[in-house]
Amino acid sequence: MINSLLFDFTVDKASKTVHIKREFNAELSLVWDAFTKAELIDQWIAPKPMISKTKYQDFKVGGKRFYAMVSPDGNERWALQEYTSITPKTNFKMYNVFTDKDENPELHGSEWDHNFSEENGTTIVNIIIYNESLERLERILDGFTQGMKMSLSNLENLLATLSKK
Amino acid sequence: MAAHIFATDWLLNKKLNNMRRDIFQAIADPTRRAIITLIALQAMTPNAIADNFHTTRQSVSKHLRILTECELVKQEQKGREIYYSLEIEKMKEIDKWIDQFRKIWETRFNELDKLLSTMKKQKK
Repeated sequence: MINSLLFDFTVDKASKTVHIKREFNAELSLVWDAFTKAELIDQWIAPKPMISKTKYQDFKVGGKRFYAMVSPDGNERWALQEYTSITPKTNFKMYNVFTDKDENPELHGSEWDHNFSEENGTTIVNIIIYNESLERLERILDGFTQGMKMSLSNLENLLATLSKK
Repeated sequence: MAAHIFATDWLLNKKLNNMRRDIFQAIADPTRRAIITLIALQAMTPNAIADNFHTTRQSVSKHLRILTECELVKQEQKGREIYYSLEIEKMKEIDKWIDQFRKIWETRFNELDKLLSTMKKQKK
C-alpha cells in the first residue's frame, strides 16, 4: 500500500468538529464518484467486518441516501443523509442523522462538508464534520471502536489459523 | 413534545457545562495551547509565563486556572513562587482519543485506495 499519501486528521472537541484531509492517487472524477455514488460508497465506507448497505440514494440537493451499517451478526444501524448543497466535482454538503429502520431521525446529527481539488493527477479531499452534540461525537467513536475491535479479533483469528498451517 | 425537547436541551446543556473541565476544552484555546508548549519544556512561574504573551497577567492566570482544573498542569510551591508544569500523562489521553478516530479513517481510506485503483484499471 502506498503510504506516502498525505493524511491529516484533527479533532477539535471544543468546537465539536473533525477535520480530515486526504490525498488520493487518482483523478478527481473517480474520487468524486467514489464519494457520491452509493454503489461505490458501499464498497469502502464500512469499517470491516461491517458492511454498508444503501437502501436508496438520490444524489441531488434535497435528495437523500438511506443506508445501514450491518454487522456480521446481522445487526443494522440505519442513518439518513440529506444532500444540502452540490457543486459537481468541487464540493458537496450533507446532513447525516441516525434513524431507526423507518427513517425516524434522532434529535442530533452532523453536518458534512466535502471539498475536492486536483493537482498533477492526485486528488485532495477535505472533509469537515460538525457534530451538533458532543455526546454524539463520542458515541460515534464508541460505535466505530467496537467495529474496529471486531475486525482486529477477526484478524487475530485469521493469523492464528494461518500459523497453525 | 415541546416540553420533551426543552428537557433534552436542558440536560444536554448541563452535560456540556459539566464538561467544562474536559481536557479538550483546555486545548481549544490558542493561548492555552501556547502555555502548554511553554511549560512542556520547563516549570515556570505565572510571571515568567505572562512575559511571553501580550495579554494581561489576569488573563494568563485565568488560563492557568482552567488548565489546572483540567489537570493538565500541576502547581508546585518553591519558596515564595509557584511553578507550573505539564502533566504529560494527561496529554497522552488526548492522543489516545484522537488516535482511535484517526485509525478508523486510515483503514477506511485504504479501502478507498484499493477501490480507486480498481476503477482506474476498469477505465483503461
